[in-house]
Amino acid sequence: MEKEKNGCRKSYFLFVLFIFLLIAGVNLGEVDAVWEKAVTICLSCMGID
Amino acid sequence: MDVRRWVQIAATTLMNAWLLFPYTKTIYQGKLKSVCVPALTCSSCPAAVGACPLGALQTMFANVRPAFRGGEFQIGLYVVGTLGLVGSVVGRMPCAWVCPFGFIQELINKIPSPKIDVPRAFSWVKYGVLAIFVVLLPLIVVDLFGYGENWFCKYICPAGTLEAGLPLLILQPQLRGLWGPLFMAKLAILILLLLSMIYVRRPFCRVICPLGALYSLFNRVSLFKMVHHQDNCVRCGECYRNCPMGVRFYEGANQNDCIRCLRCLRTSCKYGAIGYEVAETFPFSKKPPAREIFDGKEGNTSCRK
Repeated sequence: MEKEKNGCRKSYFLFVLFIFLLIAGVNLGEVDAVWEKAVTICLSCMGID
Repeated sequence: MDVRRWVQIAATTLMNAWLLFPYTKTIYQGKLKSVCVPALTCSSCPAAVGACPLGALQTMFANVRPAFRGGEFQIGLYVVGTLGLVGSVVGRMPCAWVCPFGFIQELINKIPSPKIDVPRAFSWVKYGVLAIFVVLLPLIVVDLFGYGENWFCKYICPAGTLEAGLPLLILQPQLRGLWGPLFMAKLAILILLLLSMIYVRRPFCRVICPLGALYSLFNRVSLFKMVHHQDNCVRCGECYRNCPMGVRFYEGANQNDCIRCLRCLRTSCKYGAIGYEVAETFPFSKKPPAREIFDGKEGNTSCRK
């Protein structure tokens, strides 16, 4: 029972942790960085160049 | 057609909803492209409306030094946060329900042929691909200016070849003079994988996919979990025979290779030995009573506790 509780706590801890990481990334301007790369056709990334 | 198939169709359609590409001859460039989709796709696919999380992660790692020099501490937290959030809730479920490349593999595997299994040891390869091609090489191997490369996209990714490389070569004839040995090698990887998909269930997911490898790390700790009711299990092996990933469910309910397609729960197990729960507080699958009578025709009673 205690093991199950710990497992559940771990799940919630990870859930909250990654929400914080996501928010931190948004605040650091990473959304725009992802967008800039995603709207550019990267030929070398596809092995064409 | 079952619910999962409809979800796969809907997800593939939504992720590739930019249908004007035959006229624009280029990729979608709207604001949605800043959103990382939870599955393997290619940002350079002409129809894609979201960003590939693996491509975005490699790009963040590859550009981390110039970003630091420029005073921007961008180390990929947005992408890691997105993937971790999905993984911590449902584990590897996106592979089964929303990944377009997984969907393609399942469709091709429907071609009638003898089916063969992948040795279990091969499933460790994807963790090497994740560590080396997605994390280490983009971070470590940099040019004079400190920029790295998207190693997985450039040298391996068959989804990129299929969804972006080939369509762009068709849409933009001027690119045809640029493809060389590297693209030919990637094309060979794609063709080999497509052929293997006929005989092997989800070969890419099992052996290569670094996104699946990343999600699989969450299977044991995610809020959604599979449950094995051992009292009901007769170890008949039906779950294993029907599993697209070749998982022996009776050896562990949340193994790394389980993509939570729920096929074992819905169509394989007749004994109520498989269930799932969310956050261990909301059991959606009540444990059925243990079987008291077993006729011995459908399984091995000697394995049953």
